[in-house]
Parts: sequence; structure tokens; C-alpha cells
Amino acid sequence: MKYVDEYRDAAAAEFFRKAIHDTVTKPWTLMEVCGGQTHSIVKFGIDELLPKEVEMVHGPGCPVCVTPLELIDKAIEIASRPNVIFCSFGDMLRVPGSEKDLLMVKANGGDVRIVYSPLDAVKIAQQNPEREIVFFAVGFETTAPANAMAVHQAKELSVHNFSILVSHVLVPPAIEAVMSSPQCRVQGFLAAGHVCTVMGYTEYEPLAKKYNVPIVVTGFEPLDILHGIYMTVKQLEEGRAEVENQYARSVRKEGNRPAQELVSRVFRVVPRKWRGVGEIPASGLGLTYEYEEFDAELRFNVADYAADEPAECISGLVLQGIKKPHECPAFGTRCTPEHPFGATMVSNEGACAAYYRYRRHLAKTATA
Amino acid sequence: MKAQTQFSPVCPVPISEYPQILLAHGGGGKLMHDLIEAMFVPTFSNSLLSERHDGAVFDVGPARMAFTTDSYVVKPLFFPGGDIGSLAVNGTVNDLAMCGARPLYLSAGFIIEEGFETEKLWEIVRSMKIAADAAEVDLVTGDTKVVDRGKGDGIFINTAGVGVIEHEMLIGPRQVRAGDAVILSGDIGRHGIAIMAAREGLEFESAIESDCAPLAELVMELINDGIEIHCMRDLTRGGLASALVEIAEASGHPIRIDETAIPVREDVRGACEILGFDPLYLANEGRFVLFVPELNVPHAMRIMTSHRFGKNASVIGHVTEGHTGVTLRSRIGATRIVDMFTGEQLPRIC
Amino acid sequence: MCLAVPGKIISIEEADGTFRNGRVDFAGIVKSVNLSYVPEAKIGDYVVVHVGFALSIVDEAEAHQVFDYLREMGELSELTEQAL
Repeated sequence: MKYVDEYRDAAAAEFFRKAIHDTVTKPWTLMEVCGGQTHSIVKFGIDELLPKEVEMVHGPGCPVCVTPLELIDKAIEIASRPNVIFCSFGDMLRVPGSEKDLLMVKANGGDVRIVYSPLDAVKIAQQNPEREIVFFAVGFETTAPANAMAVHQAKELSVHNFSILVSHVLVPPAIEAVMSSPQCRVQGFLAAGHVCTVMGYTEYEPLAKKYNVPIVVTGFEPLDILHGIYMTVKQLEEGRAEVENQYARSVRKEGNRPAQELVSRVFRVVPRKWRGVGEIPASGLGLTYEYEEFDAELRFNVADYAADEPAECISGLVLQGIKKPHECPAFGTRCTPEHPFGATMVSNEGACAAYYRYRRHLAKTATA
Repeated sequence: MKAQTQFSPVCPVPISEYPQILLAHGGGGKLMHDLIEAMFVPTFSNSLLSERHDGAVFDVGPARMAFTTDSYVVKPLFFPGGDIGSLAVNGTVNDLAMCGARPLYLSAGFIIEEGFETEKLWEIVRSMKIAADAAEVDLVTGDTKVVDRGKGDGIFINTAGVGVIEHEMLIGPRQVRAGDAVILSGDIGRHGIAIMAAREGLEFESAIESDCAPLAELVMELINDGIEIHCMRDLTRGGLASALVEIAEASGHPIRIDETAIPVREDVRGACEILGFDPLYLANEGRFVLFVPELNVPHAMRIMTSHRFGKNASVIGHVTEGHTGVTLRSRIGATRIVDMFTGEQLPRIC
Repeated sequence: MCLAVPGKIISIEEADGTFRNGRVDFAGIVKSVNLSYVPEAKIGDYVVVHVGFALSIVDEAEAHQVFDYLREMGELSELTEQAL
């Protein structure tokens, strides 16, 4: 596959691995922001290839993981209503709410459907005029343009039986929250390549300056990640703290303007609660007044839900890179992908799930 | 001789964990595995069941027989490359072949929903006949039930099969030895993607057809040509990964495989990339893994690659020594653990 | 997050401005993709696609840069060399 396979080339990976080894003179702690990058690192065993001086901590870039408990409960409540067809990306179906998850709602007879694109949900709404179709609009800035277009299309085509349950979150406030935490050990960031494809990377410059950290916009294939780590480590060794772009084949500095325009027409910045972290101001997206009629929370009157996290779950600390999954006392024993406590164990790229699937033996040897 | 059964009336699967059965319990992954291990195996507890192989092998007088069953609930009923009928025949034929048996006879039980189109039933039955002829088996007994509209999802088919073992080899996970080579009969993932392509909401134009095929002929060739087969397993739900994990567990031996040796067709890869699937966990219906001593590899590979259902056969790894489990050497040279998947693989955006 | 995959545009249907669609080939799998966010994209371009939307056009020159460098250094495996 073009633009994929060559970025998994073993010899090229070895080249960057060696370059990192040769550059490093002291210990550095880096954070990869995006869950997709975490997934890649663990799946290809990239962290195994890094010198011991370079430690990767896994960031909160998993919109599935950070969707607050009460929003899952709202989704479950809406999906359980008899006239509703609840559409979602596959990622969300196994995330536990306070009592159950969407898959269980489906087992109980709820019409829960997986879609590849939000436009598929709009199509379903057109095909089922007597039903209410609700789409679970989860994601970072990468997915916002798609969700914006779906709502915009629904409005243009007068598809009134369509609405979205919004759970959009923004990356820069998340980075800020991580950096401003007193326990933060992160010295350099790999920024999320697809988020930046949409947003560009100018908004990271003030962050790099304020916290004096290098931020390298990085892709997702093994070569991208190794290259991104190399660029970050090089900056740290040279005492620089700049924003650089490793993923230049997809990311432009100004990002995707048409996408940004529609997003700012359909959505506005709002405060959002992040599961395991708490509320971060100006960290999420909500619908603008013009598109309010498509807000499922209003349509189904579920705006006032509240919920408590299970006490044992440390996913918040994992998301901020303060703890590693296997440092959790419940990891692999009481908390597994089959009975997860928090979203980081459920989501395909949640750090805990990734560790469980690919690294469980570390936990075993650690406690042996 | 039947083993002592220790049957307890108390449900062994903690109800508090799963008060209801989920789709994932039939997915071929960890949940299904746990259900079988926690509820079915201990309840019916006997030496044949504990082999945990694709079918049961036992003596009847001077003959060694194999016996297996499978139920087919696939949606959609008709997909590129096959339908529930051809699946129902080939799946059971293949389970018998995996025991090293020559398939002889099948039974078929139909549970049909009221209102199901007779024309569709006819298509399915015709397809079963074609598949049975290709596999050289006869359908000799059956049953038909019709359930109320709304209670049956169209049609469900159960097939059971009986075969005869005409050689002396013991084939099963317990025969696996350190040093054995693991041969995969062909590229993986076609069936899983073909099904996905025909499902609502995940459509794409695709020339990918299910790899549904009868494997008995190829297996008989291997056996008749004197290949020493330690174990075989056909890959179904849960894919290559689940089959290997199960065998590693049942045999007590670790298995190491190499990502670059696993054949995946380009278009199957493309689909996996956009849906976020790992081909290792995709369903297959005409592929199997074969465990043979290293010495037998050249001979076995010659036979496989000369047969139309083994054209893309590849040696994907070896059985090693030490703590059990399956590990994979990734394309870039690092290692990771291959585990059972939890439930079904779902398309993802993350 | 943000599983996005590069694919090649093989056809474009110009509806009105907002609803510009195309067919994109991912190694043999062809999917209908919304091209509204890449108005300059043309047939033959590779685009990065996320949940049915093209978000950027792959910059071939940038993509080749790292490989040109690696090739010079003799650090590419044969298979990749041939593919590029």
C-alpha cells in the first residue's frame, strides 16, 4: 500500500533507531499525544527498540477514553428508547458506563448500529423517516469536520429526524492540562498528526514557548514515530524547544482551511469534562445556535446526567502520563478488557488495553 | 470409558459478570473461549471433550471415527463467494479434515423463520448440494423446524459430520512438539472482509470473495503422501490468532510467528487499514494451520502449493520451548504477544 | 486516534460545492469518499481519508524526502526500494 508500506520498512526503522541511540546522552521523557500512536508503538514494539534513556508516556489522545462517564450513560439512555436508531463508531460500543455499555443495550434489543462515517447515519435517517436517528459524535479535531458536514448536510436536506450526541474534545487544552500538572515529567511531545492535518500546528507554538518543550507533529507508522522521536530527542539534546513537522506529507502549517471553516460554523468551543481528569475549560466542542436543533442532549432531555467514576480506576493518571497501566493494582486482574473499569482498558488504543494485549508479561515479571 | 463427571447444578460462570449472553460470546474470541471453558467443558467433562480439538475422535470396533458439529448463523445469508449453505457444508467437512478424517456423511438441521422466502431456501439448499458434491460427502439425515416470525433471523443451519480415519497418526494439540514448523495454507482475512463488505453501513465496492472452501482433499493428500502431521486447525471466527493461541494453550508449548511470513492479499489489507482491523483476527472459511516436524516442511509445502486451496501456503513460524503463548515478530523486528481478542473486532476510527 | 489512511482518487463526481464526492482506491478496495475539504484534489492524487472524508492531499515531494535521504545512505531494504 503506497504511503503506508514504505513507512514500515525494517531497514529504515533500524536507521532511525540507531540515530536515536547515537543522539541520546541523557534520560528524556516524551509523550505521544495520540492513541493511534500509542497503538502503533505497542503493536510494532517500537518502545522495545528505544534506548533506555528515552521513556515514552502515553497521552490523553484517545477521545474514546476521555469521554466522560455521564455521556456514555446519556448514550445508553437514548439508545434504549424504542424509536431510536443509535449510530456510533465501533470504538464506543464497549466503553463502560455506570452500569452497562452500548453492546449490552444492543443485546437487550436496542437498535444500535456501527457506521464507518457520520454520513452513513444521515443516510439511515433519510431511509427511516418515522424513526429518530442519533449519531454519537465522538472525536478530536480530526473527526470534527466529518461530524460538522453530517449536521450541515442534515440541515440542508431537511433531515429532521437526525441528531448528534456531541463529545468532541480539543488537543491543545489537554496538553496544557498535562503540562501544568505538578507531577508532570514530560519534556517533549509528539503531536497528533491527523489532528494537525485539520488544525495545522500554529496553536502549538505558544505552548512550546510557555513550557519550553519541543513539540513534533508526528505520523502513525513506525517510521513516522521513530523519526518523530528522533527529531524530539535531537531538539532536547540541542536545548531547543520548537514546533517541527515530521508528518509533512499530510500536515500543512495552516491545516485544512475549508474544514476549519465549517467546523467553526457548526461547532463552538465549550468547557468539557474529561473522564478521569475533570473539567478543562475551553476544551471541547458543542453545537452552535444555528445547528442547535440537532443536539441530541436537548432533543432527548438528558442534559442533566451526572455520574461517579469507580474508585479504583486510575485511568486519569494513565491518561496524563503520570502512571503506567501495569502500575495499577487492578491491572490484568480485576480490570481486563473483558471487565474494564475505565475506558483506557476498553478502547482499542487506550494505554491499558494496549499494554494488556501486548505487554501483559511485563506485569507478570514485575510482580514475580 | 467415560470419565467421572463432576456435575454441579450451580452455574460456573459468575452470573454477576455476565447475566446475559452477549454477541461476543459467539465471536470466537476470549469471551466465547471463557464460556466454553467455564460452562460447557466442565459440565460435560470427558476425555474426548478435553482434547479441545475440532472434532471428537474415537474407536468403533476396528474403525477410528471422527465426529463434529457446527451451527451457522452468518449474516448476510448470501455474500460474495458463498452463502450460509456452502458454509454449513464446508465448515463441518473441514472440522473432520482437521481431525485427519475422510469426511463421509453430514446431517443438516434447519431452523427457519416463518415468512422466509422459499426461493432463498432453494438457493441455499442447491448451494449445499454443490458444496457436498465438491467435498465428496453425502447429506444423509436432517431435520426441519419453523419458528414464529420475528424469532429466527431468516434461517439457522446446524450440520454434524462423521468421518473415518484411515491412518495411524494421532492428530491434535497434544501431539505438538518443540521445533515443529507452523504452515499456513494461504492468505488470510478474505471471508471476514467479504462479509463486512456486504453488511449495511460498511459497504465498499470490492472484488473480495469469501475463501470458503473444502479442505479435506488437500488434507488427504498430505496424509496419503506420508506427511507426519502433529496438529491441524482450520481458521474460522477469531482468525489465525485465536487458532494459534488455543493450540498453544492446549499443547502447553509456545509458538513464535513472523509477521512478514503471513500472506495477506493487498485488497484485504486495504480494507483492514481503513476499518482498523488486524488481519490476524479476521474470519476465514477455507484456511488452516498445519504443525509438522521441520524435516517434513519441503515435502508438505510442495503438496500444498500444488493444490488450488494451498497455493499461497507459507511457513509462518515455529513451536519453541518455554512458557506457553504466542509471540509475533513484527515487520520492524520487535516482538509482541498475540492474545485472544475480546469479543468481536469492531471497525474503529481511533 | 484518528485512523486515517492514504488512498488514490480514481473518479470524482462534482455535485454542488458542498457535496463533492469521489471514489478512492485503497490497494484494491474502493470506497466512496467525501472530497469537500480538498477542493483542489484531482484524479490520481492520493488523499488521507478519515471516516469517509478526505482531509489532505498527500504531498509526494515531502513523502519522498525521507526516502531519498535513506536511499542515499543505503539504508532502505530492497523491497521498499523496488516499491518506491
